[in-house]
Amino acid sequence: MSAPIDTAGEAALLDQQVHAGSLVAASQWALIWHKFSRHRLAMVALVVVVLIYLVAAFAEFLAPYDPGKFDPRYTFAPPQQIHLFLTDEDGTRFAPHVLGYKSQVDPKSFRRLFQPDPDKVIPIGFFVEGQPYKFWGIWEANRHFLGPTDKADPFFLIGGDRLGRDLLSRTIHGTRISMSIGLVGVTFSLIIGLILGGISGYRGGLVDRVIQRVIEFIRSVPTIPLWLGLAAAMPKDWPPLQVYFAILIILSLIGWTEIARVVRGRFLSLRREDFVIAARLDGVSEFRLIMRHMMPSLYSHIIAAITLAIPNMILAETALSFLGLGLQPPIVSWGVLLQDAQNLRAITQAPWQFVPGVCVVVAVLALNFLGDGVRDAADPYAK
Amino acid sequence: MSDETILKVRNLSVDFPIQKSVVHAVKDVSFDLKRGETLCVVGESGSGKSVTARAILQLVAKPGAITGGQILLDTSSGEVDIVKLGSRGLAIREVRGRRIAMIFQEPMTSLSPVHTIGHQIVETILLHEKVSKEEARKRAAALLGRVRIPEPEKALDRYSFEFSGGMRQRAMIAMALSCNPEILIADEPTTALDVTTQAEILSLIRELQRDRGMAVLFITHDMGVVAQIADRVMVMFRGQKVEEASVFDLFERPQQPYTRALLGSVLKLETPAPRPPRPAAEEPIAKIENLELHFPLNAGFMGRPTNYLKAIDGVSLTINQGETVGVVGESGSGKTTLGRTLLRVYDPTGGQVMYWPSNGEPVDIATLNKAGMKSLYGEVRMVFQDPHSSLNPRMTIYQTISEPLRTNTDMTERQMMDRVSELLSRVGLPPDIGDRYPHAFSGGQRQRISIARAVAVRPRLIIADEPTSALDVSLRHQVLDLMRDLQNEYGLSYLFISHDISVIRYFCDRVAVMKNGKIVEVGDVVQICENPQHAYTQNLIGAVPRPDPRLRADAPQ
Repeated sequence: MSAPIDTAGEAALLDQQVHAGSLVAASQWALIWHKFSRHRLAMVALVVVVLIYLVAAFAEFLAPYDPGKFDPRYTFAPPQQIHLFLTDEDGTRFAPHVLGYKSQVDPKSFRRLFQPDPDKVIPIGFFVEGQPYKFWGIWEANRHFLGPTDKADPFFLIGGDRLGRDLLSRTIHGTRISMSIGLVGVTFSLIIGLILGGISGYRGGLVDRVIQRVIEFIRSVPTIPLWLGLAAAMPKDWPPLQVYFAILIILSLIGWTEIARVVRGRFLSLRREDFVIAARLDGVSEFRLIMRHMMPSLYSHIIAAITLAIPNMILAETALSFLGLGLQPPIVSWGVLLQDAQNLRAITQAPWQFVPGVCVVVAVLALNFLGDGVRDAADPYAK
Repeated sequence: MSDETILKVRNLSVDFPIQKSVVHAVKDVSFDLKRGETLCVVGESGSGKSVTARAILQLVAKPGAITGGQILLDTSSGEVDIVKLGSRGLAIREVRGRRIAMIFQEPMTSLSPVHTIGHQIVETILLHEKVSKEEARKRAAALLGRVRIPEPEKALDRYSFEFSGGMRQRAMIAMALSCNPEILIADEPTTALDVTTQAEILSLIRELQRDRGMAVLFITHDMGVVAQIADRVMVMFRGQKVEEASVFDLFERPQQPYTRALLGSVLKLETPAPRPPRPAAEEPIAKIENLELHFPLNAGFMGRPTNYLKAIDGVSLTINQGETVGVVGESGSGKTTLGRTLLRVYDPTGGQVMYWPSNGEPVDIATLNKAGMKSLYGEVRMVFQDPHSSLNPRMTIYQTISEPLRTNTDMTERQMMDRVSELLSRVGLPPDIGDRYPHAFSGGQRQRISIARAVAVRPRLIIADEPTSALDVSLRHQVLDLMRDLQNEYGLSYLFISHDISVIRYFCDRVAVMKNGKIVEVGDVVQICENPQHAYTQNLIGAVPRPDPRLRADAPQ
């Protein structure tokens, strides 16, 4: 027996709200957006995530240099400061520039010491001509978003690494690999998770039990040794691209369990929903029942699960590459870049080598906040 | 009953700010509560009756807030304004529990499942009074005995989940009484209970109130309960007080149009609706024979269960063409399961369900294969209890109503659109709302949509599972009348499942009374309601609160 709903106003409220606004014919996506947009932290995270993926998409254009370009004259060159105004004999005027380096070798430690050289003014600008590159491997281009007007000048906004490569360029290119490994890896996990989780939840019985035990087994194996084992099994002579895909497969073979659980749980609870039974009693075929009546209730939950799974992928890739077992140079990812920050010298002499680590933290946090927001908004009909 | 007023509510207003607007849940409500009387606050969903009750104890849920008025409680040291006490602090805690106690609709959620009943009552006593633990325990046992819980000493050491709903509500009442409050606020205390249990709880509250001279503020939506228990009645509508009168005056001479309408819709359900003449020759459309649905309770030895839950235990019932057969029973009687088993949502473990399709030979639904069932889904339809959960929130109204057309007919999209608009106007909704989603509609409107979906394919038999119990009383007979009209129009037969005798009496031709998975009595609806034969049916019918205060024992002649 159920009583008429009596949280005063609540039903009336929704009615009012709905009739007043445009929500009358609002689809679930409009309602989800309506709810999501009120989650402030998630909105900020969304902007950050979009920015990071834009950087990944336009890496060649945004990076001042090719990630492989090295110059032994500038090993561990410190970050340069951007000066907006230039003061010389003609007076002060607006002319963005950085200063070149005065370098000398310390006779005791053979360390190269850098000082900004006020005489070497390196004018910088937007959309400058620089090193030629192939945009997305298709179009020839040589314009860079930001760089020195003369491409021969040194330009190290966040410093250089031990071979005198520009860390900013490398980090930007690393963004592409690191962020795409999250996205593509999760896509693979999603396919496995959706199929196995769906079968598990919809069929139930023995199939369900077997799949659940497999998931529990996979989740009980400590991840780092498991990755290490799988990565070690990879032939050393594989080309970098093949390694990239192998790593993807390894990560998603482990990562699908979480998504499978979410999907199974939703299927289990959906199966008993009145509206699903009602659709069955309409004579709807099983395929249509799943695709038309159950799946739409799952989309938003799946998106939330994906958003929360991407950071795990990124962290896994970073950890593997950091240990030297994941991606190998010349592929540049945040994890690969952090390999350089493994030794004491890096910490004392060139702390800017941690910048890729900061990127990992920012990306993972943003994705987690975004995932939280999506998860909260995922079911706009929940009470 | 004395004339001394213990609680004065003056111009009380409670607002709920929602995004950009404000909802006035309670607007300018004033009333008095006298010592030893029962004041019933009655109203439909959203009338603000519960919020009013909660405001008295400063229990309004955030973001709601009391925005004006006074709540004056009479104490030995003059009047205290509860509004000024705030929702926290010692002063309001002194009032709560000790001066004014409250019981809620859901006894399960108001009792902690991790502490024993005794522990919780003793706790309450110790909180408010300086007595020893043993003394408190003795008093707790006495209280449980007072609310007629058998073996109170043992009951003290049991947990709330070991109790039935009625027992839990008794325990809640015992807890509320533990500090001898002067006012008891009861917020729909019997709504979640079966009607026989409800009758027991109501008489218990009434008796305790007389013994202790408590004032009772009783919140309910059920006019039958009001007629049984109230001294005075306050009617609320959309946050405002509509009318206040003594119970006899209110039922005999309602002053306000809203009260008249409310009483009208209640009284309408007291008499059977005018019904079409039944076909002289009774041709069965469905015949249930010895239907059984047993769930194994244990795996048993060698996979053979030894113990079963007999959800349906040998039910036989015939539904004739054009007839409405009611199934009535309390919760757990198996009536909903019966309805669902007929459409093979659950597969029966025994018995037969013969069904005579529009063309061809009778088939046994209980053993029919998938293809056979598929052809039946267009003829036998179901209407669900809760219109909020039976409509897919992610599909538009058009998509939902056209779904059975899509699978059972070969109509074109164009034809379906016409048919859906036709159906929508038939059930009394605007025909152009097909592109809206269910959340845009109220409960009554949603139930109309569910009915449109059920009749879309011109069915012959509809299994209606409590289609009105989630609706306010003023909407119930409207939905029933609609179902009746559709029956005349399409020659439908109904299997109508309900726990509510008045709805059954209004709507059904014959009725079957179910208990523990069995049918205890079948008969003509008038005979069952007026002259029940089986002891259980007599008990059930007798427990239904009738909306007529003159039937009370203490009614003036």
